[in-house]
Amino acid sequence: MIEVQELTKRYGSTLAVDALSFDLRPGTVTGFLGANGSGKSTTMRLVLGLDSPDAGRVRIDGHRFRDLRWPLREVGSLLEARAFHPGRSARSHLAALAASNAIPPRRVDEVIDLVGLTSAASRRAGKFSLGMAQRLGIAAALLGDPRVLLLDEPVNGLDPAGIHWIRDLLTSLAAQGRVVFVSSHLISEMALVAERLIVIGQGRLLADTSVAEMSAGAPSLEAAFLAMTEPSAEYRAAGLAPGGREMAAWPPATTRRDGSR
Amino acid sequence: MTALAARMPAGRYGFRHVARMEWIKLRSLRSTWWTLVLSAVGAVAIGVAVGLNTTNGTEDVTNNALAGILPALLLSGVLGALLMTSEYSSGMIRSTLAASPRRPLLLAAKAAVFGAAALAFGEAASFIAFFAGGAALRHGIAAPALSQPGVLRAVVLGGTGFCLLGLIGLGLGAIIRHSAAAIAVYVGCLFVLPTFIGNLVHQVGVYLPIIIVGNSLTTTQPAACRPGAADCTPFLSAWAGLGVLALYAAVALAAGGWLFARRDA
Repeated sequence: MIEVQELTKRYGSTLAVDALSFDLRPGTVTGFLGANGSGKSTTMRLVLGLDSPDAGRVRIDGHRFRDLRWPLREVGSLLEARAFHPGRSARSHLAALAASNAIPPRRVDEVIDLVGLTSAASRRAGKFSLGMAQRLGIAAALLGDPRVLLLDEPVNGLDPAGIHWIRDLLTSLAAQGRVVFVSSHLISEMALVAERLIVIGQGRLLADTSVAEMSAGAPSLEAAFLAMTEPSAEYRAAGLAPGGREMAAWPPATTRRDGSR
Repeated sequence: MTALAARMPAGRYGFRHVARMEWIKLRSLRSTWWTLVLSAVGAVAIGVAVGLNTTNGTEDVTNNALAGILPALLLSGVLGALLMTSEYSSGMIRSTLAASPRRPLLLAAKAAVFGAAALAFGEAASFIAFFAGGAALRHGIAAPALSQPGVLRAVVLGGTGFCLLGLIGLGLGAIIRHSAAAIAVYVGCLFVLPTFIGNLVHQVGVYLPIIIVGNSLTTTQPAACRPGAADCTPFLSAWAGLGVLALYAAVALAAGGWLFARRDA
């Protein structure tokens, strides 16, 4: 289990994450939703110890990330797609990571086959398309067969077959009793894989809910998300009520296709 | 859940594991090998050229044969710096730290692996340059032998200079984190600055890394002050020079490690 407690991170004058608290439990896919710049990636970076918080803490089964005994065997992560040296082959990249956590070398070929990079594994990864780079990142996340998976926008750049594949993969990983935490701005994708949702805006928690609960009362999950996050979007003028949990204004006044009101 | 937990081996990842990762990372980049081979070949070629053009047998011919070590230091330091800065420019740092979040341990493993590889190449380059440079001597000048006083020491320390300058580069890379800036600082401080300082203030000049390698480490006998010369600071002895260089490398790595552990990656 992962506990995020009162996490706060400031970059200069920007408050990227603001007293954010939530728990992640095994056995379900938890979706992490938020507009661009809402603090999703920063939160992921703080959980993984890449950045250190100004306040608050993150515990993974009671430990700080940097105190984990075998980090790759406990937490698998994918942040931005390209987290490898372009001159190295996919196989060498994974072999190096495997060595750091005493993961048997045969596991490298297993994950290469699993993500469908078998024929490209010996090529320089710098030549990979975005989709292939994404698959390599997912392979690295799965390398240690970890109990916790943190994936930032894993669907990015994948083709329809790839999207279908990762959807099944995420659900089966959760079904095996793992913590699966997935951020995405593709709401429709979230509606298909996630059971639970954590929604943030401007670094603050807007909702910690289930997909069913959130879509109730709105025509779609997307509509519910927009209604929830719009008041906190950065470009909106100040003075609007923060939080924006209210759905009373639904449906909003829109112009019909024929132009009449 | 228990099935998942059961696969975890006892103990904890440590230096051995991280060093293995860094070794695989180092050897799996073709650019590493090209740079190391190029610097060794360059050092040998310059040794041969200097050997061919040595006309005075009373000079320190060992030092002449090892003249190619100095330009090779350029590549060794740049390679060391890139080892760290390319982690940031490529995004590899995220994968590296996900595998080994203990940052001082990581930098120590990087330094050990790269230091050992640079030492091996440096020694090979130094010995080959020594023998090739000696073989290229003309004008009836006898090739120096390793058994002569100070010769073996000069050749061995030439190789260590290659390693220590590489580690200084690695430390600078950890401090500066940007490839172009780190390389500029390395080349500027080690190669450009000495041409000004070395000529202006000899007292400071003898402590410059490049002067130490050229005039303390790779000489059989550091050049002494001319009798009666006013205001002359002698070059460091070979061992003192080695100590000062090792100190520079240790300071660069300690500062780099300290910042690495504290800054956001």
